[in-house]
Formats: sequence, C-alpha cells, structure tokens
Amino acid sequence: MSNIATMVRSQDVTTLGTEQLADFYKKMLRIRLVEEAIAEHYAEGEMRCPVHLSIGQEAAAVGVCEALAPSDKVYSTHRCHAHYLAKGGDLKRMFAEICGKAAGCVGGRGGSMHLMDIEKGVMASIPIVSSSIPIAVGSALADKRMRTGKVTVAFFGDASIEEGVYHESANFASRHKLPVIFVCENNLYSVYTPLHERQPDRPITDVARAHGIKAEHADGNNVEQIFQVTSEAVERARSGYGPTFLLLDTYRWREHCGPNFDNTLGYRSEAEFESWKRRCPLERLRTQLANDSILTSTQEDTIRATIAAEIEEARAFARSTSLPTPQDASTHVYA
Amino acid sequence: MSIGTMEDRVITLADAIREGISESFARDNSTFLFAQGVADPSSMWGTLKGISERFGDDRIIEMPVAENGAIGIAVGAAIAGQRPVISFHRVEFALLAIEQIVNNAAKTHYISNGQHSVPLVIRLVIGRGWGQGPEHSQSLEPIFAYFPGLKVVMPAFAADAKGMLISAIEDNNPVIFIEHRWLHYSTGAVPDGHYRCPLDGPKVVHEGTDATIVATSHSVLEAVRAADVLKEVGCSVEVIDMRVLRPLNTQPIIESVRKTGRLITIDTGFVHYGIGGEIVASVSSAAFQELKAAPVRLGLPDHPTPSSRGMIAGFYPDAQGIVRSVCDVVGIDDVRRDAALRSLAERSKDLPIDVPDPFFKGPF
Repeated sequence: MSNIATMVRSQDVTTLGTEQLADFYKKMLRIRLVEEAIAEHYAEGEMRCPVHLSIGQEAAAVGVCEALAPSDKVYSTHRCHAHYLAKGGDLKRMFAEICGKAAGCVGGRGGSMHLMDIEKGVMASIPIVSSSIPIAVGSALADKRMRTGKVTVAFFGDASIEEGVYHESANFASRHKLPVIFVCENNLYSVYTPLHERQPDRPITDVARAHGIKAEHADGNNVEQIFQVTSEAVERARSGYGPTFLLLDTYRWREHCGPNFDNTLGYRSEAEFESWKRRCPLERLRTQLANDSILTSTQEDTIRATIAAEIEEARAFARSTSLPTPQDASTHVYA
Repeated sequence: MSIGTMEDRVITLADAIREGISESFARDNSTFLFAQGVADPSSMWGTLKGISERFGDDRIIEMPVAENGAIGIAVGAAIAGQRPVISFHRVEFALLAIEQIVNNAAKTHYISNGQHSVPLVIRLVIGRGWGQGPEHSQSLEPIFAYFPGLKVVMPAFAADAKGMLISAIEDNNPVIFIEHRWLHYSTGAVPDGHYRCPLDGPKVVHEGTDATIVATSHSVLEAVRAADVLKEVGCSVEVIDMRVLRPLNTQPIIESVRKTGRLITIDTGFVHYGIGGEIVASVSSAAFQELKAAPVRLGLPDHPTPSSRGMIAGFYPDAQGIVRSVCDVVGIDDVRRDAALRSLAERSKDLPIDVPDPFFKGPF
C-alpha cells in the first residue's frame, strides 16, 4: 500500500538528550500500562462505556505533545486516552470519568470518548469523525486574533480526511495562516474498513498540500522523529507561517472499540498485525535506550512498578468516589 | 411594543439589526462576524451595510463557502473566549452545518460539565416570496428548537430585533437568531444606541379576551392585522409574539388562554411537528379545563414550497385565513366574518401575493 511509510523523512533529526528520550519512553509506557489496565479490568463492569484504546499508537501522542508548551492546546477524538495523558491530563479524573463518577474530568457526562483537562490544554475530545477539527481551527483563529502565541493541535485518524469538514477547516486554516497543526494518525483502518477501500492510491500528504499546507510524513512509531517534525511545525505556527499537516503511520493493536484483540474477525491478517507489533513504538525505544546503557532492566522494573502503583491509586480513587445523581443530569444545559 | 416610543426614529428591521451588530461590536473587541459575501452590494438585506468599512476585515471575515466548517470554527473561537456572529443568507445553508450546531454548539457547555461556554450567534434567514421555491424559502425553526443547549429567537419587530440581537451577542450560549426575509423591509420605532431586550419569552402585542393567537416572526404581523379587522366586528383577539422558542416559556401563553379559553397557533413552517404542536400540547396539559374550544394550528401544508405564484395562493396562513379560523373557533357568525374579510380585502386590493404587503411597513 503506497500510502504507508513510503515517503517517510529520512533526514537526520536533531539528537535528543538521553534523559529526554528516557522521559518519552516513560510517558509512552505509562499510556500503554494505563490502557492495558483498562483492558484487563474492563470485564469487571465498572467501566460502563465504550473504550477506544490507543495501544500501539503511543508514539504519536507523546511525540506531538512533548513538542508543545504546557499552554498549547489539543483537540482529540473518540480515541483520546493517549492524547489526554500525553498532554498531562489527570489520571484519577480519567479513570473516574470512564467509571461514570461525579469526580470524572467532565463529571461523568462524556465517558471515555470525551476526556478533557482544560488546565493542561486538553480542550475537548469529540467522538464524531472530524468534528473536532474545525473546533481546533477556531481555537487557532482566536489565538491569532488575541496574539497569545499559542498553538493548537487537532489529532485525528486517516478516515477524517474523507470528511468534508476536514477540507473546510484546512482551507480556512491555510487561507488565514492559523497556528494549528493537523496530526493524522494513519492506523490503516476505519473500524474494519482498510484505507485502500476508502481512498484512492495517492499520498495523503498531497491532499494536505492541495490546500497549500506544508505536509510532513513521519514514522508514527518513532517518537523521536515525531517530536522532531512536530517541533518544526510548532515553530512554523508560532512564527506566523500557518498550519502544518503531519502524517504519522501507525497501527491500532486492539479492536476498534473495546478491550480485546480482534484479528480472528479476518478483516486484517495475523501477519500484518505481527509485522506492526515488531515495530512497537515502545520496544524500539527500549532497545535503543538499553543498547545505550541508559535503561537497565532494573530501572525498567522500577518505572513499571511506579506506574502500576499510580494506576492502582487512580483506579481505587475511581472506585471509591460517588456516582453523579439524576439531579446532576439537568445542570449546565445553559451557561 | 414596549420598546420604542414616538420619539424614536422609524427605521427598517434590517437597519435595526445592523445597528445591533454595530453597537455590540463597538463595545466588545472579542466579537467578529463570519459571512459569505460580506462585500456583496445587497449586504444581506442591508443588515451588513457599511459594517466591513467600519470594523475592518479582521472583524468582518469573509467565510469560505463551507458552512459546517464555519460553525465549527466559530464554536472553537467561542470556546477560546471570542464572541462570533455568523450570518447565513438562507436557513437551508445551516442544514450543511447541522452536525456542528447539534453536536458541538449545543452540547459543549453541557459535556464539559460547565467548564466551556459557547457564546455564538447564528443568524438564519427564513421566509417566502419571489418564487424562491422549495430550497430557498423554508422555515425550519423547529429543527433548532428541538435541541437543549441552543437558544432560538425569532423577532417580529424592529426594536425587538435590535435589542434581542444585542442580548444574543452578549449571551454566553449559542443563539439561533431567525430573521424572516420579508421583515427586513418592515419598519418600527427603534431607540438609538445600545440597549438589550431580554431573551425571556413570549409577549402580548395585541390585547384581547375572546381568543389567543400565538405566532412567530412574520406571522405575528399577519395575526395583528387579523386582530385589527376582527376588532372592527366586535371580536377581541389577544396576539402573542413568541419571540423565544427555546428555552420555552409557555407561562404567558397559558395565562392568556386561561383568560380567553381559545388557542390558535401559527407556524411560519409546517403545521405538523411544528412550534404550534408544542404550544397546543403544553397549553392543553396545563389548562385543559379552561379551554372552551379545541385548539387550532395554522401553518404550511404537507408539501414543499413550489416556486410558481400559481401554486402558492392559500399556501401561507395569511390574515384572511387567520380571520376565518378565529371566527370558527370563537363562533362569530358569517355576516360579521364576511365584514371582517371585506375590510381586509379592501386594504390589500390588487396586491400580488409574492412580494411583501406594504401593510408590513409598519411602524408597529
């Protein structure tokens, strides 16, 4: 499939400090372990809402968000856990939200698909395909008008560029040189439908370029490369040169929606799945860090134990806090 | 009308809207306007005349032909602290943006548990006339009135239009501001400067005791016209201008029907699934015992609007139709009814049916 990774940039990226790379690794591992915990405990019936896991796609979230300033903003989709966590979203309030609790990040109103943490710049997650893209562009318009210097990221998947509103948003952002970054995580499937059944055989980056938007294609499982291309995009946006489109090739390991693997359904081959698993974004960085003697197996164990304790604490918090009441359901209809 | 006095200038509703925008924009730099064709010489019935020159293209932004994107971008800007106003030349174009209106404009405040608000005004033009036909002259207000989180307003009078638009722009919620194209030509006494008319619900605009007519927008004028001639034949009709469809405040309507015992509703759109159905249901539930007659709903028949003037005779619920309905409901005899109809006919003799009746010039 020519859409995948045929034109990934190969030029040298600025070498990141080992400490920073180790930090990226920890952040990706944290997302992986949080989502594995969700998958492991989903059947217990406490998390009573659809969950769209990002396992396999952690590099995009961390690589992009690490290139942003804390005051920059992101808008996400139904598959928002990784983006929320990578931008600093509160873990306790995330678990509470998925468990439908009043202490959830939106009070139990949205569940897993509507995570937000405004203080951390996770402005909203919107589960209608492409629906958050114009919102992100509007955010960038406001920032340009107010001269805040902030950048907004719109995260979305490969199917989003099939929606008209993506093109409407891209056209406007380009015309007005808005400080917005379009991050397209191409995981090759829209639910069960492969990319080649939905789109013609042409580089997705050309679609962005047709709107006069600078487009970059990066390995979506290489956090260092993603950080690099995003940093350049952020610089462009802050300097008034307008939007950048980043195409990041990656792969969703588990089912579109839910905690399980679904290769038995037959819509994708075991061989394809295994080939992407071999390109695991965490594994590749772990190997690199281990080879460079930055991460020993003892350190890895310590990191995992720390994250596991944090997850346990967040789950305990979610379990212990109360459900919202029927009276809560009718508040905040109008401001 | 309580707003507007004899000392005020008489101007068109279109000018009143333009003043509403100007007053708001002059006071608050976070306001901006999106529209297609901001430089169009027709300037949206004059409502945007000179606005670009006064506020510049940073505030008055030419919107690409992309309605869903426009609403989404405006919602995003509103979340970020701006106060956008969007103008669509026809309500039909908002159908292209229904996803953003319903999913994001209406629900962002709710889903965010009150953390975000969406101060946004969406101006939509409904109406009729000059053979605009099935996709350029619909009245689709019930679609928007369906959704909690949206405010939906439909001014009928120039002074109210200006004050309500200022209130809408200053409101922290998404407000759908619906303008009937024929009302743009109507005139009224409109105060100068900045003032607000609250988005608080229906108002009695013609007092009476025999029947209550509840109407919206342009239909209010038809109802007032009918009430005037009915008064001549001794029938006293109360006309209520709905003004605000959502949030729905039925209290003034219920109080009026408790007094009159009779209810007639007029939709500018279809009768079925219309505003009238909601009003009749609310009133019947609240004041069933006080109803002296079955409520009547007027509005458009169950087919699209044809272009040819040959097919629209009787299509719109005009003052004649309203007079007939009131006489049926109240039990006015044929002689008095025909006298009222003759009086009406005398006033609108030889007028074509596809352009605004000069009666609606006002002032009211």
